[in-house]
Amino acid sequence: MRRPPLLIAALLLGGCSGEQSALDPAGVHSGAVLNLFGLFFWVCLIAFALVIGFLVIAMLQARRVDAARSERSEHDAIASRLLRGWIVFIIAGLLVLTLGSYFTDRNLALAAPDTGQSNRVPIRIKLTGQQWWWQVEYEDPNASQQIRTANELHLPVGVPVHIRLESIDVIHSFWVPNLAGKQDMIPGRHNDIELLPTRAGHYRSQCAEFCGLQHAHMALDVVIEPMADWLKWRAQSLQPAKAPATAEEKAGYAYFMEHQCSACHSIAGTPAFGTVGPDLTHFASRPSIGAGTVPNTRGHLEAWIADPQGMKEGNHMPYLAVPPDKLHALGAYLRSLS
Amino acid sequence: MCSRSLAGSAVMAMLLLSACQREQRESRGQPLAETAPTFVQLPSVLIAGSQPAPADPRGKLYEGNAYHISEGQRLFEQFNCSGCHAHGGGDIGPPLMDDEWRYGGQSDQIVASIAYGWPNGMPSFADKLTEQQMWQIAAYVRSMSGNVPKDVASSRADELASTPPLTRTPQQPIKGEPGGGLQGVAP
Amino acid sequence: MSRRGDDPKALPRDGRDLTGDALHERLSLTWCTQPGFWGWLTTVDHKLVGRRYIFTALVFLVLGGILALMMRVQLARPENGLISADRYNQIFSMHGTTMMFLFAVPVMEAMAVYIIPLMLGTRNIAFPRLNAFSYWVFLFGGIMIWVAFLFNVGPEAGWFSYVPLAGPQFSPGKRTDFWAQMITFTEVAALATSVELVATIMKQRAPGMSLNRMPLFAWGVLVTSLMVIFAMPAVMLSSSFLIADRLVGTQFYNPTEGGDALLWQHLFWFFGHPEVYIIFIPALGFVSQITETFTRRPVFGYAAMVLALVSIGILAFGLWVHHMFATGLPRLGYSFYTAASMMIALPSGVQIFCWIATMWAGRPRFTVPMLWVIGFIVTFVIGGLTGVMVASVPLDLQLHDTYFVVAHFHYVLIGGAVFPLLGAITFWFPKFSGRMMDETLGKLSFVIGFIGFHLTFFPMHFTGLMGMPRRVYTYPSDIGWNMLNMISSIGAFVFASALLLFMANAIVSYRKGLLSGSNPWEASSLEWAVPSPPPPYNFAHIPVVEGRTPLWDAGGTLSVVTGLRVEDRELLLTTAIDAEPDLREPSPLPTIWPLLSAIALTALFIGSIFNPWAIVWGAIPLALALIVWFWPKGPPEAEPVIE
Repeated sequence: MRRPPLLIAALLLGGCSGEQSALDPAGVHSGAVLNLFGLFFWVCLIAFALVIGFLVIAMLQARRVDAARSERSEHDAIASRLLRGWIVFIIAGLLVLTLGSYFTDRNLALAAPDTGQSNRVPIRIKLTGQQWWWQVEYEDPNASQQIRTANELHLPVGVPVHIRLESIDVIHSFWVPNLAGKQDMIPGRHNDIELLPTRAGHYRSQCAEFCGLQHAHMALDVVIEPMADWLKWRAQSLQPAKAPATAEEKAGYAYFMEHQCSACHSIAGTPAFGTVGPDLTHFASRPSIGAGTVPNTRGHLEAWIADPQGMKEGNHMPYLAVPPDKLHALGAYLRSLS
Repeated sequence: MCSRSLAGSAVMAMLLLSACQREQRESRGQPLAETAPTFVQLPSVLIAGSQPAPADPRGKLYEGNAYHISEGQRLFEQFNCSGCHAHGGGDIGPPLMDDEWRYGGQSDQIVASIAYGWPNGMPSFADKLTEQQMWQIAAYVRSMSGNVPKDVASSRADELASTPPLTRTPQQPIKGEPGGGLQGVAP
Repeated sequence: MSRRGDDPKALPRDGRDLTGDALHERLSLTWCTQPGFWGWLTTVDHKLVGRRYIFTALVFLVLGGILALMMRVQLARPENGLISADRYNQIFSMHGTTMMFLFAVPVMEAMAVYIIPLMLGTRNIAFPRLNAFSYWVFLFGGIMIWVAFLFNVGPEAGWFSYVPLAGPQFSPGKRTDFWAQMITFTEVAALATSVELVATIMKQRAPGMSLNRMPLFAWGVLVTSLMVIFAMPAVMLSSSFLIADRLVGTQFYNPTEGGDALLWQHLFWFFGHPEVYIIFIPALGFVSQITETFTRRPVFGYAAMVLALVSIGILAFGLWVHHMFATGLPRLGYSFYTAASMMIALPSGVQIFCWIATMWAGRPRFTVPMLWVIGFIVTFVIGGLTGVMVASVPLDLQLHDTYFVVAHFHYVLIGGAVFPLLGAITFWFPKFSGRMMDETLGKLSFVIGFIGFHLTFFPMHFTGLMGMPRRVYTYPSDIGWNMLNMISSIGAFVFASALLLFMANAIVSYRKGLLSGSNPWEASSLEWAVPSPPPPYNFAHIPVVEGRTPLWDAGGTLSVVTGLRVEDRELLLTTAIDAEPDLREPSPLPTIWPLLSAIALTALFIGSIFNPWAIVWGAIPLALALIVWFWPKGPPEAEPVIE
């Protein structure tokens, strides 16, 4: 059959590595799940091989013509014994798989910070899914140490993270395949997920529950970095927004505050405190715009501001008809918000 | 017979595809929106002796479209209209679900109210909303008083129940008091 | 001599003396459907209703398939601008809805409606007018949702339409209302056919066909029909709650007011999981009949097979939470559903063994239906094994809502239900039409279909593991999914061409195929004892059965019972377990009232999408139609003539 070449081809073409791949674990949870998948794969492959083997034997036996009645009842007796063996095999296989699944689950639960097994204070994040972006809040008992950002998650290697998942509109699902399985964000309930990254890198998360028009463009950039770099990022994020320096940035700042932008977006340290859209305080350091829709470059940014509906039709940022000179100024200002 | 009748209805339906105004989803602005409202004169209700201006045809387009009313409902909450108007029953601001309109109850007049604001507390949203968003909010406001076709409005939002279902608003609008609201003064 | 058009009751009472052609003519007169368009509208013959039901379901298969091809064209390249987000969302919602509600369940029920009365040795299905009504309701519901789709009012929230996305706030307009009402149509139709099938199987079997001699397909249909009766009300309830929320502002799914978004998921999946077994179990019945015929021996392990069917039917109701593993329900509960979902692999595994053992211990002939059975075994086992994978909670949390699950369910639904269906259509085609399908074209469609199917869906396992979620209208070009998606898209067209070839084969063979005779395959069950296509009355005399393979046991002469009237429509009812003759039961004449009732019901349902008062006002014509339909006929004439 054509399966083996296809398998090889797919592996060569796609590779096992990827920024949004369950086959490339960068965290404890996804690593355990991939091992479990390996167990399932081999047990299932054995079962499949047995079935196909029996089928091939049965088809080859077709060349025997006119089996006598007595031979048939002999075959039936053998088949009865084989059936019993097959039932035992299935039960044993399912038991192995169920136990494997159970123990994986249990180990992952034990690795989670909230059971007290870990003596490192976990990072606590609240993630609120909305159509079609992610609001990310790093929680802290000290209010001045709380970070609010959007569409990106920065985490240090080796520290457990606890994320509370909520939604303000429809059901979304938070899923970073390289780190862990998914959990739904259901309005009216809150769910929790633990992550424990083990490897630095840039990964991508995507909403995994159909949430409407732009479900395909609701992604999250996940940056895992060494602790020192993460602390730098954290310190930077706690700063209010950089003040505009050049004349162009100042013009952009003025336009932002005087027009519709500030009604929806917030920038810490400025009069803009809108809560409808993502926080833009450190926008320039974000990898993407529009929740992973386009990369965060000058061209994409100005195209986005000029016509957000063209890039992500139906998203809640309206068509604004910004005059061209103001467009450049706005772009300059936003790109200064690192 | 079945395949033929399906094919027949398909052809017919395709021809009429664009006719169903209720269901269109046009997010870029239909009609295409500018940022600032284009009319400059005051609504005619305030000018003594003037004839009521004919309604802007855009009003009917927005009121007949379920997507725009739904967006209007979202904006109504997100921009905190309910902070003064509650969910149509009125609080600091006048009720929006009755038939009493101090500054005019047609869609274009409501858009003007949102854009320019009024003394006694209504802020101006001209720099905060695009014109399309104002038309969407106006369409939603009109749906609160039963002035849109019944099949266009959504029955309720996923919130605390504060209005009767908008699909069942009475044919006769609720009678309002002139000058309703805490700070209302009769014009 | 009687002629067509004679009133049977006016003819001399010589039924006792009628034999041979004269008997056949008299019975035809009594049981025939009126000619022309009026006859087409009023028929209650299960064969005619069954045939049009199958044909309509296959039309929906083609329509759903066209939607699938559109999706694959859009996804062949990353960031493709061919289809907009809104249109794509409607397309995939319509694809799932059409395939699940308008094709898969109806076609299985329709095959049962046609075959079961013949296989059990009776003259018509139980409640034949309800059968006609069921077809019309199904047809009108299907037309309604497709016309809605073409008017831009098609469903856009997926075939399972989760709230709050499908609720009044986030799905504006009437799109979801049409979808929810279509559910009501198809569930009424499915419930109606299930009730008829259970009644037929339990009470109308040929004398001597005790339950332990009943063909495995009939067992499958019995289990399926009972499952429909228990499962469909859950989805009718949930869709009615959704309609109520959207139309009159109830709070069933509003968390802020005490409702629950998860209520929808529980109610839907309580139906949704048994639904896939409702589609799958009749296919298992097809496989058993085909395997038995083409290995020239009864299926190995009859008792094990029956037990497996029944246990699948029961277990299927205990699995639904495995669709909700990511929703954050308590972990202890999840473990229960993992265990149950694993357990259901056991009866399926037993059945696969028994079929292969039948081939091993028999003398297989590799005709086209048998090839589809082999394709089924290979494909369904892969799908079942990936099902075992997603039954595990930690694994499912990575695989849920990705293309891995899309691969899994297409493997089990196409491999597990469509492949056997294509084999079954080829197998029973001679009975439906009197002609054989072309063997070469059949083999070609199998080979192309098998290759095309795997080319389409096998790469999706990888795409899912590599992170591609479901229901996305496009994907970024730099993640690494491009080649796999292109392969899937090419495969989709290959598979579609195989299906087209199959249908072309069927259409051409219907007119020009080789004449088949009554038992071209030398099969063992009772439907092969009658001419092809069967006369309106099915059996001139009700056969008596003495074993599981009546035609093989009988060796050329089948015992019959005599005594049913020839001038009135009459069936023989037998006892439920042992099938001893019990009662003679009249069977209804053709009538227009099922169609009129269906029209009234359609008006009520479609009206209630727009206004709740339609339920009240629409109930009046419906009640009138039903009253006329059910108006009691007088007792049969006082002078029974016993033949």
